[in-house]
Amino acid sequence: MENLLRVNRLSTHFHTDEGTVKAVDDISFRVGKGETVCIVGESGCGKSITAMSIMGLIQAQGASGVTGGTIEFGGEDLLKLGKNELRTLRGSEISMIFQEPMSSLNPVMTIGEQLTEPLRIHRKLNRKAAAKRAVELIAQVGISRPEQIMDSYPHELSGGMLQRIMIAIAISCGPKLLIADEPTTALDVTIQAQILDMLRRFKDESEMSIMLITHDLGVVAEMADYVIVMYAGKIVEEGEVEVLFDDPKHPYTRGLLRSKPVLGQLQDELYSIPGQVPDPLELTESCYFHDRCEFCMDICRVKGPPLRGVGERQKTACWLYEEANVHA
Amino acid sequence: MPETENKIPAGSGAAAAANEPQKGPAPAASPEPLLEIEHLKTYFPVKSGLWGRTKAHVKAVDDISLTLRAGETFGLVGESGSGKSTVGRSIVRLTDKTAGEIRYRGQDLYAMPERELRRLRPKIQLIFQDPYSSLNPRVRIGDAIGEAMLQHGLASPDNVREQVLEVLELCGLPRYHIDRFPHEFSGGQRQRVGIARALAMNPDLIIADEPVSALDVSIQAQIINLFRKLQRERGLTYLFISHDLSVVEHLCSRIGVMYLGSMVETAPRAELFGNPLHPYTKALLSAVPVPVPKLKRERIVLQGDIPSPVNPPSGCKFHTRCPLAFDRCKAEVPEFRDMGGEHFVACHLA
Repeated sequence: MENLLRVNRLSTHFHTDEGTVKAVDDISFRVGKGETVCIVGESGCGKSITAMSIMGLIQAQGASGVTGGTIEFGGEDLLKLGKNELRTLRGSEISMIFQEPMSSLNPVMTIGEQLTEPLRIHRKLNRKAAAKRAVELIAQVGISRPEQIMDSYPHELSGGMLQRIMIAIAISCGPKLLIADEPTTALDVTIQAQILDMLRRFKDESEMSIMLITHDLGVVAEMADYVIVMYAGKIVEEGEVEVLFDDPKHPYTRGLLRSKPVLGQLQDELYSIPGQVPDPLELTESCYFHDRCEFCMDICRVKGPPLRGVGERQKTACWLYEEANVHA
Repeated sequence: MPETENKIPAGSGAAAAANEPQKGPAPAASPEPLLEIEHLKTYFPVKSGLWGRTKAHVKAVDDISLTLRAGETFGLVGESGSGKSTVGRSIVRLTDKTAGEIRYRGQDLYAMPERELRRLRPKIQLIFQDPYSSLNPRVRIGDAIGEAMLQHGLASPDNVREQVLEVLELCGLPRYHIDRFPHEFSGGQRQRVGIARALAMNPDLIIADEPVSALDVSIQAQIINLFRKLQRERGLTYLFISHDLSVVEHLCSRIGVMYLGSMVETAPRAELFGNPLHPYTKALLSAVPVPVPKLKRERIVLQGDIPSPVNPPSGCKFHTRCPLAFDRCKAEVPEFRDMGGEHFVACHLA
């Protein structure tokens, strides 16, 4: 599959009074054309910061910000682009939707104004043509009475409808890449099902790639072609979705899959990963998962494992598989 | 039990689990009713205009009846605006009911003198979704838990610290946490504090309102296991309010499904998940994403949004989104009927 986005050794660090937080620490991955890549992890693992780094939404302040790596999109390094160049790309070639649609829409602008803005700026449509296209887009995301919605303000719509509007804005200029950061987390399950169906449909129709960030393994299983699991700023495992769910290698991925209660699979006691995510200020050279890991070995306490291939379509960062690798 | 039929296929593990229906939640509940709710209605006035005249009512809970038996876990599920939280709040009188009756061990909670109610309060405890906003940020958690114990005469000043330590340990918090402030805890630990505070009152009934919804998966599993452990050890009764059907299936022995203030279906766990009768329950079940990528399920995707509870649809409130709705549904409110085996449903088609 042809690469659309290639993130290479990306690091995003924040300097605070208490120390340096390595929110994203030397991660590399790719998103192919027409592919859905899911980044999954718990709060604080760096999945949203990864998305914001790609969108250029992390402002450099002193030594804080994106501190290293490249983000290639269509042959260009996004990190080297100027403000204006980035602006022509954002909202047209790459667009993003967020968890809280209410806080990402402007409360004092009508839906119509917000929908036509990118069309007029990026597609250079005149007022009339943009309005016509906007009505089509609202209908496309499954909202009835689109003309009436054009004149509504965000507070007049429900959360599910607002998220649809966000999607309509995001796809309005036919982006090659859609970054969706927990797009359904704030929504009810029946609405979530509608939104996920819609995203899948748009992807199939337009060959758009999706980078979906979520904490919900159920959503991952339904949407992803390829999955990346993050923990404390690092990628601990990645692989094609069926391989990863069938045969997870990293103890953290295994733990995550086992600790989620699944409809129709009753267990007496849920498996739970002991302990909690390490303090980002107190990370050492060790494997970050070592103190919660039941297979912890001596080496895990002193040295972090590299991310390496295990099998053809899967990579993991765990010393347990290192030996097998050497002999293979 | 016709449990395996119609079960949502969920990969290889499902077959094995379905063969052991006894595995999982709560031991068999005793039939003694602990809490009886009869025709509960809780309305909120919608005021408008200069004089704040009541223009309409939000019927948050609109005629609900249910009985909790001692030792069972009853799951109340529904989407936002279904009124599930209002039921919980009406029981502990955080929100006053409009009509109906709520009885605890036969005593009407709303007809009781203030004094007696105060004596009863420790017995029914509430746990919230976000324990941080229900803890005073300037009070050490040991004091927060201890104060309630002293107020209700469950401890004396000499032994209160010892008792608080005991309950903290029971909830999996190390002893040295007793002198910490709420901000020093992570989300999962804070929920443990919330549980410890409820437990310190030595309650019979715990109403848990979305207690694990804000937690990460790995922490969520720890808290769910804690709930079950405490129930085993203390014989607690839970009213577990949640929107997450996977968690509810795991934890609850009986489940009620709410939609727009009304109960649409109640049934024992195996019945509800194996043989759902209401179209809304079916849609809700099929909408839950299951972490099995190979599984291609036939999904019922409901159209449209949940209507506003200020102006709910006529007849069956679900008819605007129901794929099976016909003329009668618009005109006539379906009766909540007994289908046998403790399975109740409000649908003209059932």
